[in-house]
Amino acid sequence: MSQEDKIRNYIEKNLTVYDEEVTFTNDDNIFEKGFVNSLFAMKLLNFVEQEFQIDISDDDIDLKNFSSINNIINLINNKK
Amino acid sequence: MDRNFMDEVIEEARQFTEKEIRPFAGDFEQNEQVPRELINKMAKRKYLAAPFPEEYGGLGLDPLYYGYLTEEIGKGCASTRALMTVHTSLVGETLLKWGTKEQKERYLRPMASGEKIAAFALSEPEVGTDAGSVKTSYIKEGNKYILNGKKKWITFGNLADIFIIIASEGKNISAFIAERDFGGITTKPIKGMMAGRAAYIAEIEINNLEIPEENLLGKIGGGFTFICNTALDYGRYSVAWAATAVAGAAVEEMVTYARHRTQFDQKIYKFQTIREIIANATTKYLTSKALCINAGNLRIQGSDEKVFQTTLAKYYSSKIAMEVTTDAIQVFGGNGCTSEYPVERLFREAKIFEIIEGTSQIQQEIISRYALSNFYRKKAKAQ
Repeated sequence: MSQEDKIRNYIEKNLTVYDEEVTFTNDDNIFEKGFVNSLFAMKLLNFVEQEFQIDISDDDIDLKNFSSINNIINLINNKK
Repeated sequence: MDRNFMDEVIEEARQFTEKEIRPFAGDFEQNEQVPRELINKMAKRKYLAAPFPEEYGGLGLDPLYYGYLTEEIGKGCASTRALMTVHTSLVGETLLKWGTKEQKERYLRPMASGEKIAAFALSEPEVGTDAGSVKTSYIKEGNKYILNGKKKWITFGNLADIFIIIASEGKNISAFIAERDFGGITTKPIKGMMAGRAAYIAEIEINNLEIPEENLLGKIGGGFTFICNTALDYGRYSVAWAATAVAGAAVEEMVTYARHRTQFDQKIYKFQTIREIIANATTKYLTSKALCINAGNLRIQGSDEKVFQTTLAKYYSSKIAMEVTTDAIQVFGGNGCTSEYPVERLFREAKIFEIIEGTSQIQQEIISRYALSNFYRKKAKAQ
C-alpha cells in the first residue's frame, strides 16, 4: 500500500463526520473542513511516527504539517 | 529497563506509602497541605521523576510501572498522588516530549530533585471543558512574551515554582514555561474544597508576566492541539491509575472492615449481601486496573491507540471509583460517614476523578465517536 493510501485509510477510519459519501482531496485541510477534531492531531502524529518509523520533533509540531494528506507526505519525506 | 529493578521500586513504594503516607492522609487533609518533608522524601526516592530518564535524575520507569507507582502512592493519599499527576506527568512528561534541549536541561533536574515544584495552568474562572477558549492573553514585545489573565483550580499552584501556562492571542493558543521568580504571578489558595484539600489548589493572577521567548513551549499556535492534548493525555493516564488506586483502597477498607465488624453475633463478611458488594467492587477494581494496564502496554508500544485506550481507562476508572467508594461506605454503615474512617475521604476524592482531566461527559463524547467510526458495519453494495 502506498504512503498516500495508508494515510487516507487512517484518516477515513477516524472521521468525525458519519456520512458514508464524504470525500476529500489530498490537499483538503481535514481540520478546517471539520472532518476530524484537534484531538485527532495527536493520534495522527502517533500514527505517522509509528507507521513510517520517523521521529516528530518539537520543530515539526505545527498543525499545518498534519492538515492534509499531501502535507503529511511532505513531512514524512522531509524527515527521511 | 530491568523488570526486577522496577518491581523493587514498586514494592519499596508500597512500603513507603504504608509507613509515610497512608496513616497520615487524614492529617494532611486537616492541615491542608502535603508536608514539604514528605515531598522531599519522595524526591529523594526519585518518585517525582519516576518516568524521566536517568540523565534527568529520574528512575526511567516505563509507562506501565509508572502507573503501578501512581497506584501505590494513590492508595495512600490522593493529594500526595496529585503532585505526581501535575508535577511529573502534566508538566514533566510534556517537557520531556516537547521541550527543547535547553528547556529540559533547565527544568527537569530541579523538578526531579524536588528543588522546584511544577504546576499546569490551563483552567480559568470562565473556562473549564472548553479549554480552547482560554482568555489569558499573550503578546510579543521584543524578545519577550507578556501574559495577563487568571487561572483557577491549579493543583499545587500555591506551592509551585514553575508553571506551564496556556494563553491565547486571537486564534492562536500557545504554551509558555513561567517561573514564579519572573514576577507577575500571584497565587491564592482555594479553601473549602470537597477533595484535594492538601493539594495546594490555587487561583493564579497573572499580571504583566514577562516570559523570555526561549520559554515558549512548542510552536506559536500549537499550545492547544499539541501541548495541551499531550499534557492532558499524560494527565488522564495518571488519573486513570489514581482512580483505580482509590477504588483499590476502598476495596481494601471494606474487606478489612467486613472481616472485623460483628453484627448478629457474626462477622459481617458472612452475610451474602455484603459478599455481593465485595464481589462487585472487586470486579470493578480489577477491570479498571486491567484497562490501565492495557493503556500502559500500548504506551510502551507507542501504539496510536494509546490515547483512546487511556481515555477509556480514565472514564471507566473514575466511574467505578465513585461506585466502589459509595459501596464501601455502605459496608461501613454509620462509621463510613465520619472522618474517623478513611472511606469517607475516599468517597469525596473519587468524585473529583469524574471532573478533572476532562469530565466524564467529554470522555463519553470521545468514546462514542470512536464507536461510531470503528464499529460501523458498511452495508454491502447490491450486486
